[in-house]
Amino acid sequence: MNKSSTAGAPPRRTIEIVNASLKRRYARERRFRALGLTAVVLGVFFVVLLFADIIGKGHTAFQQTYVRLPVTFDAAVIDPSGTGDPEVLRQANYGALIRAALREAFPEVTERREIRALGAMISVGAPSHLRDQVLADRGLIGTTQEVWLLADDDIDMLVKGHIDRKLPESERRVNDQTLGWVERLESEGRVAKRFNTIFFTHGTSREPELAGIAGALAGSFYTLLLTLLFSFPIGVGAALYLEEFAPKNRWTDLIEVNINNLAAVPSIVFGLLGLAVFIGIFGVPRSTPLVAALVLTLMTLPTIIIASRAALKSVPPSIREAALGVGASPLQTQLHHVLPLAMPGMLTGSIIGMAQALGETAPLLMIGMIAFIVDIPSGFTSPSTVLPVQIFLWADSPERAFVERTSAAIMVLLAFLILMNLSAVLLRRRFERRW
Amino acid sequence: MSTTVEEMQQRSNAMTAAELAGGTESRATVGDVTVADPRMVCRDVDVWYGAKQAIKRVSLDIGKNEVVAMIGPSGCGKSTFLRCLNRMNDTIADCRVTGSIQLDGRDIYDRTLDPVSLRAQVGMVFQKPNPFPKSIYENVAYGPRIHGLTNRRAELDELVSTSLQKAGLWNEVKDRLEQPGTSLSGGQQQRLCIARTIAVSPEVILMDEPCSALDPIATAIIEELIDELRVSYSIAIVTHSMQQAARVSQRTAYFHLGDLIEVGETNQIFTNPRHKLTEDYITGRFG
Repeated sequence: MNKSSTAGAPPRRTIEIVNASLKRRYARERRFRALGLTAVVLGVFFVVLLFADIIGKGHTAFQQTYVRLPVTFDAAVIDPSGTGDPEVLRQANYGALIRAALREAFPEVTERREIRALGAMISVGAPSHLRDQVLADRGLIGTTQEVWLLADDDIDMLVKGHIDRKLPESERRVNDQTLGWVERLESEGRVAKRFNTIFFTHGTSREPELAGIAGALAGSFYTLLLTLLFSFPIGVGAALYLEEFAPKNRWTDLIEVNINNLAAVPSIVFGLLGLAVFIGIFGVPRSTPLVAALVLTLMTLPTIIIASRAALKSVPPSIREAALGVGASPLQTQLHHVLPLAMPGMLTGSIIGMAQALGETAPLLMIGMIAFIVDIPSGFTSPSTVLPVQIFLWADSPERAFVERTSAAIMVLLAFLILMNLSAVLLRRRFERRW
Repeated sequence: MSTTVEEMQQRSNAMTAAELAGGTESRATVGDVTVADPRMVCRDVDVWYGAKQAIKRVSLDIGKNEVVAMIGPSGCGKSTFLRCLNRMNDTIADCRVTGSIQLDGRDIYDRTLDPVSLRAQVGMVFQKPNPFPKSIYENVAYGPRIHGLTNRRAELDELVSTSLQKAGLWNEVKDRLEQPGTSLSGGQQQRLCIARTIAVSPEVILMDEPCSALDPIATAIIEELIDELRVSYSIAIVTHSMQQAARVSQRTAYFHLGDLIEVGETNQIFTNPRHKLTEDYITGRFG
């Protein structure tokens, strides 16, 4: 009761006290809601900022500049003796064809240094493209064709507007002479941006215009596949045993605490462990999806075990009783009834664990996934790198063209992460069961 | 086990004090716990949950083709006792059972006896209907299948249909056997659980408050069904409803705080209880 009221005054009715405090209570509620809304808005703002930045920087990487030149497939250069031997065709000097085409397009350029600068406009990967064309169609030999040649990354950046043409020459990566040539080619309609297939079909490279994520994608794929194959059965088995069969005593309590602790161990520690144990003791080849998967398995196991145990706990005990009641053995009870009901939850947990593993970088640096590997890995034991490590490597490269490739690779990684998390959500929705 | 009523009355008065003090001394049972033709024989059964004693020296027979009702206030141990009869208490980590429980002359807590085979002979129907989240057919066929009772599809079909007929559910579900068991109404689900139990052809069926989650109409159907099942099975039923005990059972056992207070013909228990506690309970003075 209100102490300030005098002893003689009639006591205030409850409704008056309630009404007096109502305003304060609602004000508090409004403040709380406003705080929550602010937090959400801030979160969304930063996510949008992140995405806008990445997409803004990276979207140009999906296009690549090509220069169209009339290339004469000179038989004297490609196959002087006319044998048609594929080995000869493969060894031929296709760079000479491109240089010849350039000299023809710019006949006024005669000085040796300038001719070299002219040649630098075209990527060093262009000759092998010509070679592939010839190997595919021998009929080209002796003819002159208009060929789209891959431009060098500096030209690519210039065309995409990442190099400011108005800057003074001393501050510009492309000198006035080359800029003039490019503008001449542009005015002749010989420069075009086309969809960048190289980005999706090539491994990494020192040359930005030849660098792609295919190698890293394949490495990530093999690594994740093995990680799933290792961690899912072990995780589900461990969860099933701990939850349903193990006696509840101090030892199992200790194991449970340790599993929870493992989930919080910094991932680089797992990398060191992998280096010392898997590579050092067991001699697993380094830089391979196999050793990466072993390390990532250690890392994702706690996640999968914890999620699987939660899924098992959510299966109502009445189902177990029903099965035991008709005479199913404990293992039959688990395999026929409990496990199928817990499976969606287990899969959801595993997908989230896999998404974690897909984005993991630090432990993989420890086990050699950081090596510069151009080839696309062909199996579980071929040297490879993975997507996040590739991003790390590209982010370290000085060339302007790698900046957009870094962002593009991040976009691909994010797309896969979103896809995996989405499938986890859909799986949960689809199989969610109420009792 | 024959004590005079007077003696019992005195002891029960003494016990009320012990009870208040949380005593664990057991009380002798009034009435005859034995039957002429027993299927299950329980003698001096004690059950502990850790240090807490839930059942104190309970002896009770379950005869062939009879329904034994177990009544008593909440927490009196009747469900615990029921779950000892098919060793469902095995799943509780710190549960300990002593004394002897025999099924057809064989100790069910014998080391050589497999609880799986015991549960094939002593089926159980639970308080809340708990069909498997599978089809109606699969619910009934599951038991016979895991026990290998039949290998042929035709025999299994036959077994499913007779089990559903016995459970009085056949006419309602015969056209939708592939639908999930969980899509049925509560009463139908409980009858499906009964069909699932009798598909394994047990000798004894334990029912743990089978109607407590059902409406009166569904309850009436199940009660009728219990009466029909008595022809082929021994049934032990735990119930909170004294009317239900009076309607379906031939014998009634009254439990109180872990003791079996009184056993007798159902008619006698409800019309002429011999123990003060029984009388208090059935006349509604407590519980």
